[in-house]
Amino acid sequence: MSLTLRINGEDRSILSDPETPLVYVLRNELKLKGSKLGCGLEQCGSCAVLVDGKAELSCVSPAATFEGRDIVTIEGLAATEIGRRVQAAFVETNAAQCGYCTAGLVVAVSSLLAENESPDRDAAKAALDPHLCRCGAHPHVLRAIEIASGRS
Amino acid sequence: MSLANFPNVSDWLAMSNGRLQVRTGKVDIGQRISTALAGIARHELTLPSNLVNVQPVGTDGSPDEGMTSGSNSIEQSGHAVRLAAATLRAQVVTYLCNRLGGRPEDWSLEKGELTGPGTNRPLALLDIVGEIGLDMPVNPGARIADAGALSGLPMRGLPELVQGTYRFLHDLDLPGMRHARVVHPPHAEARLGGIRSDVEAKLEDEGLSVFRDGSFLAVTGPAEWPVVRAAQRLANACEWDAGDGLNDSDIYDALTQANGLRLAVEDGMPIKDAPIPNELTETTHHARYERPFTMHGALAPSAACATWDGKTLQIKTHSQGIYILRESIAESLDLSTDDVILTFMPGSGCYGHNGADDAAFEAALIAMRLPSTPVLLKWTREDEHAWEPYGPAGATELAARIGPDGRLEAFSAEAIGGTFRGRPRSGPNQAGPAKLLANNFRADPINPQPGVPNMNRHGGLQRNLVPIYDIPETRYVKNLLPRMPLRTSALRCLGAALNVFAIESFMDEIARDQGADPFAFRKAHLTDARAIAILERLEMELVARPAKAGSGRGIAYAQYKNAMTRVGVSVDLKVSDAAEIELERIILVADAGRVVDRDGLAAQLEGGALQAASWALKEAVIWDRDGVTSRDWDSYPVLRFSDVPEIDVVILDKPDCKSVGAGEASPGPVLAAISNAVCDATGLRGRRLPLTPDTLTSLALQE
Repeated sequence: MSLTLRINGEDRSILSDPETPLVYVLRNELKLKGSKLGCGLEQCGSCAVLVDGKAELSCVSPAATFEGRDIVTIEGLAATEIGRRVQAAFVETNAAQCGYCTAGLVVAVSSLLAENESPDRDAAKAALDPHLCRCGAHPHVLRAIEIASGRS
Repeated sequence: MSLANFPNVSDWLAMSNGRLQVRTGKVDIGQRISTALAGIARHELTLPSNLVNVQPVGTDGSPDEGMTSGSNSIEQSGHAVRLAAATLRAQVVTYLCNRLGGRPEDWSLEKGELTGPGTNRPLALLDIVGEIGLDMPVNPGARIADAGALSGLPMRGLPELVQGTYRFLHDLDLPGMRHARVVHPPHAEARLGGIRSDVEAKLEDEGLSVFRDGSFLAVTGPAEWPVVRAAQRLANACEWDAGDGLNDSDIYDALTQANGLRLAVEDGMPIKDAPIPNELTETTHHARYERPFTMHGALAPSAACATWDGKTLQIKTHSQGIYILRESIAESLDLSTDDVILTFMPGSGCYGHNGADDAAFEAALIAMRLPSTPVLLKWTREDEHAWEPYGPAGATELAARIGPDGRLEAFSAEAIGGTFRGRPRSGPNQAGPAKLLANNFRADPINPQPGVPNMNRHGGLQRNLVPIYDIPETRYVKNLLPRMPLRTSALRCLGAALNVFAIESFMDEIARDQGADPFAFRKAHLTDARAIAILERLEMELVARPAKAGSGRGIAYAQYKNAMTRVGVSVDLKVSDAAEIELERIILVADAGRVVDRDGLAAQLEGGALQAASWALKEAVIWDRDGVTSRDWDSYPVLRFSDVPEIDVVILDKPDCKSVGAGEASPGPVLAAISNAVCDATGLRGRRLPLTPDTLTSLALQE
């Protein structure tokens, strides 16, 4: 029986080998190329997606392990109020340089704000610790979180 | 240089579908140059953002501005675009005066619309441009618009980035495209002996193709994940002849004058055949500062997409130097340069010469075997960590003589290190191809060549070797090690990172030794009013924010290449009982001349500061005889969010001074300010980066 995944609110039949890590299925079979591959080792956070509302990395776990769970990618994030708020805050604060880490960070911040409406700076940093940004956009990203959470 | 080669307005500006197109040879690698260039054109012509675009950069049409490096883009491309737009504006006004009357001052331009004598409604500037065209020489004396109007430039591409619709090179999906992965050797000295078992045949049965040229080995297929798996299977089946392995003796023992090609440096420039200046006499202070091999560590492993149609080779690349790369790829493949077309597509930030150029050539090699098939090649995380050309390890040795008045009487600096010139620039004896990694491994290999000294002012090792301070007697020497155990090339700041770290640590050491205030000691040796203004502003900021009890505070100052952006830095930090450094606050005060994009400028300064913080606290490439062991983000740790301090950026806008680049201005002084703050907190002087808990513990044991 083929694999079915619920992605951005829709059930999608998956033809790829169910052992394929989720990010390859998203990017190649479903053409959802917003999620990025940075390491394939769960060390950099570029591939984060929301799974049942929480940020999870998608570059190692096989697609089959996500069956029956609710996956939201960066492309589907604008369907939620929090997602839209976070996206708008990143744009307002210019919270990116090269932007390769951005999708993972927007997902992670959306996950954080769903759990904690008004995280302080330490909570924000702790939540983003799985995410690397090599350009040093961190201060702008932390500012985006303040804006999105209404702390400033 | 950019304007001299491309003197026409049409070289820099074009019209397409009623919108103005900015043409540039500088690529956007996350430094927001395209945002800044569009901003400059908009500012000169008062155009709204939806009427200005930046054309993609390619070797088949963009102005060849050489490399996108050295923080030069604002000075080169930005200057050219500004004057081209200013020339155009004046030309449009002259045309209207002739057609409709009035003098130039009778015409006003606002929001891209002109009003003047005889107009009952505003005229759209771009409509007039459509009438008069863009074929006119740039007037170098064109009057440029007053500064001030620009702020809050929206970053180009950001709305698409947060929606996941922005496209990187890695996201390409072309009809008939094959994915490719390379099976790199365990290290640079290894050669492929054979491939065990029947894995090749099995892969072919599965629709995958193995590509082999000597010890260059790759696999391609129509779907990405099976290709990733196939590359792992192929790697497991390879038998490598390890040769002598890598030279794993202590690199710091090898960083000596005796091992170097020595050159006297005067006014920041190496002098060929000049005698090495005599050592200073009766020096009072000496110190040697060291830095390890350092990765660019791009977040996205390098990638490229190549297509060969039997006549033309098209390559999409995120290289910083598409023009020189084109020549070296053409030379490597015996093609005419005209038949190789490189187009820039975004990758992640690169911070210098990373794996981009090598991946482009590897994709080309494979594509040449698969006519009319786009080949999207991606390096893995391990490929990027193990095979990118690193920033070279180095040592800077300083000596000084302090006079009875406490001032610097004499100063000596010697830079020792490997080359930053690893980019594939053409030259005699296949110098360009030799720098493309795959050529080292092909059946008919082109071997790596010894490093050749960069003779430019503030180039390579000598970048910022000459301090900005006024010192009566000086001597400067560069010592290039032509061979290093690891391949090296340009990394953000080149020699300026280590040299400024060294000089600004040394200034701190001398000031401390004399019981002098670090601000006063620096100011006593400065005459540049803009430098002094920065230090005074920084001092003011610090008075407003006293350091916390138990924290250390350090400062530093530098001007990039002694000619570009000036940056003063202070760092507050704590050192824990476990010798871990916790950064608390970084303050940057900068003067980059006239500000083009305030937020973009702040982002570059902050980004540089945080990269330097990562270098200072964490980064060092580790290797042994069997290869590089820094192969992922665990074995090569870098700065994470929890390490990020508060950062304040103060920009001193100088509307009457020329705009200068800032992307590499902050790292050097930040390195020194961190080390100076550690010394302030602990009394320990860290002269070898990174300042890990192990480094600090061993320093404490030596006390």
